[in-house]
Amino acid sequence: MSKALWTAEYEEELRKGRLLGVRCRKCGTVTCPPLATCRKCGGRELERVELSGRGELMTFTVVRVPPEGMEGPYAVGLIRTDEGPWVMGRLELPEGAGQEMLGKRFRLAGVFVWSDKYSAGERVAPVFRPEP
Amino acid sequence: MRKVAVVGIGHTKFGKWENRTAVELFAEAATQAMQDAGVEGKEIEALFVGSALGDFGEGQAMIQTQCRAELGLGLIPSTRLEGACASSTVAIRNAYLWVASGECDVVLAGGTERVLPMGTPLATRTFAMAMHAYYEVPAGLTFPGVFALVARLYSRVYGIPLERLREQMAHVSIQNHRHGARNPLAQFYGKYENLKVEDVLNSRMVCDPLTLLDCCPFTDGAAAVVLCAEEKARKYTDTPIYILGTGQGTGGPMGLFEEELVKPPSRVASARMAFKKAGLEPKDIQVLELHDCFTSAELVALEAMGFFPEGKAGEAVEDGQTEIGGKIPTNMSGGLIGKGHPIGATGASQVCMIVQQMRGEAPKGNQVDPVPEFGMVDTMGGAYGTLCHLILGRVKG
Repeated sequence: MSKALWTAEYEEELRKGRLLGVRCRKCGTVTCPPLATCRKCGGRELERVELSGRGELMTFTVVRVPPEGMEGPYAVGLIRTDEGPWVMGRLELPEGAGQEMLGKRFRLAGVFVWSDKYSAGERVAPVFRPEP
Repeated sequence: MRKVAVVGIGHTKFGKWENRTAVELFAEAATQAMQDAGVEGKEIEALFVGSALGDFGEGQAMIQTQCRAELGLGLIPSTRLEGACASSTVAIRNAYLWVASGECDVVLAGGTERVLPMGTPLATRTFAMAMHAYYEVPAGLTFPGVFALVARLYSRVYGIPLERLREQMAHVSIQNHRHGARNPLAQFYGKYENLKVEDVLNSRMVCDPLTLLDCCPFTDGAAAVVLCAEEKARKYTDTPIYILGTGQGTGGPMGLFEEELVKPPSRVASARMAFKKAGLEPKDIQVLELHDCFTSAELVALEAMGFFPEGKAGEAVEDGQTEIGGKIPTNMSGGLIGKGHPIGATGASQVCMIVQQMRGEAPKGNQVDPVPEFGMVDTMGGAYGTLCHLILGRVKG
């Protein structure tokens, strides 16, 4: 199997501050994080694209009971990127942030790096910050 | 395909089982189910065991092998099914298909889990393994987190102010705890019978906006059923409960659902498959056990299966429409919130509770009257990753 963007490459580029995905040559839909097939039409002819890293906050939570190996509290949410895909990441949120944050503009501000004995090495998650 | 009946049920008490192994818990539930049916071990032709996290809870992989040996069954095909919290619903669905196909006449299926030995941090870590290990887990999303995301999105999509939605969600907890308090098999038997909205809203915040009382607990326990081909069912019981239709659906990473996180297509498809195979509609169902891992999850489930219009399940719960006398009595056993959630055992427990209802043997205060003709089970593994539905009936359909 060939893939326009392997998970390891996605992670490597994310560490450099670049959010990559794949675009379907048939229907134009962008999939991010990448899969081997188009998320809309299932097409296999995909090309690598760089996303702007900008989008709108669709929902979030503040995790106060974290899993083993992480320290809370921290915020996690889903950003609807300007290119379409909803991307999960850590969020930098003001203290006491509530439902009024939904719909606000966010942009990629870095990565959260983490590993534990089950994670098959070091993993990264995007961190999004509100646009000024 | 042949018709298939549930002819025996077994269910351990749900809660903390410090001095029982998951294999022993399974054997207890399975033995009850076999005694209930009057089935001998040598009559069992295949075994299906739902187990989600036994590898972590006890360091036990391939648990079906040890369950077979513990029960002294023959050297029969034994299979472990894993679909996170829907593991044993999938186990029972597969057992059903083996009997329906004619491969076997009598099959034992169920699930078992010990979650409490892990403790909260490891349990939280291992539950999260049902999400994408590279795209979701590193962000630190937990399972209460999943349904916290869903709650905020639901509030926005349907234009229900979050504070209002939280009150509606609180009624799910109040109702399911009331049922659980009356169920001797429930983890919270005799507790939380009269919660108030403020109790739920003011309990400890777990994942904003979900509090501890919006969440199901960690639980140890097991449940099992004996399935049998229709033509032999009357040999074992006077009250066979038939499996009229089944469905199963599959999701992927949460981001792929987009706005449909509030009405997941994997659940819609699975429920539709079950309704179609049973030749029934939501209005025909008289008792429902659904996957209320969190209060917001119950609202989404009720709507995705077609019991209430989009955005209206909260009002319906508040209005008593999911209680006895309402449109669809739901989680009369206490559900995951009141009865407990030993993940690999949950689906089998739901089936046992529906069968109990259809035999008219539910605990006082929880029995739907008149005794229901048609009941339904909804189980979800992961973030809408594995959905499984079973429709049961007192008549063959």
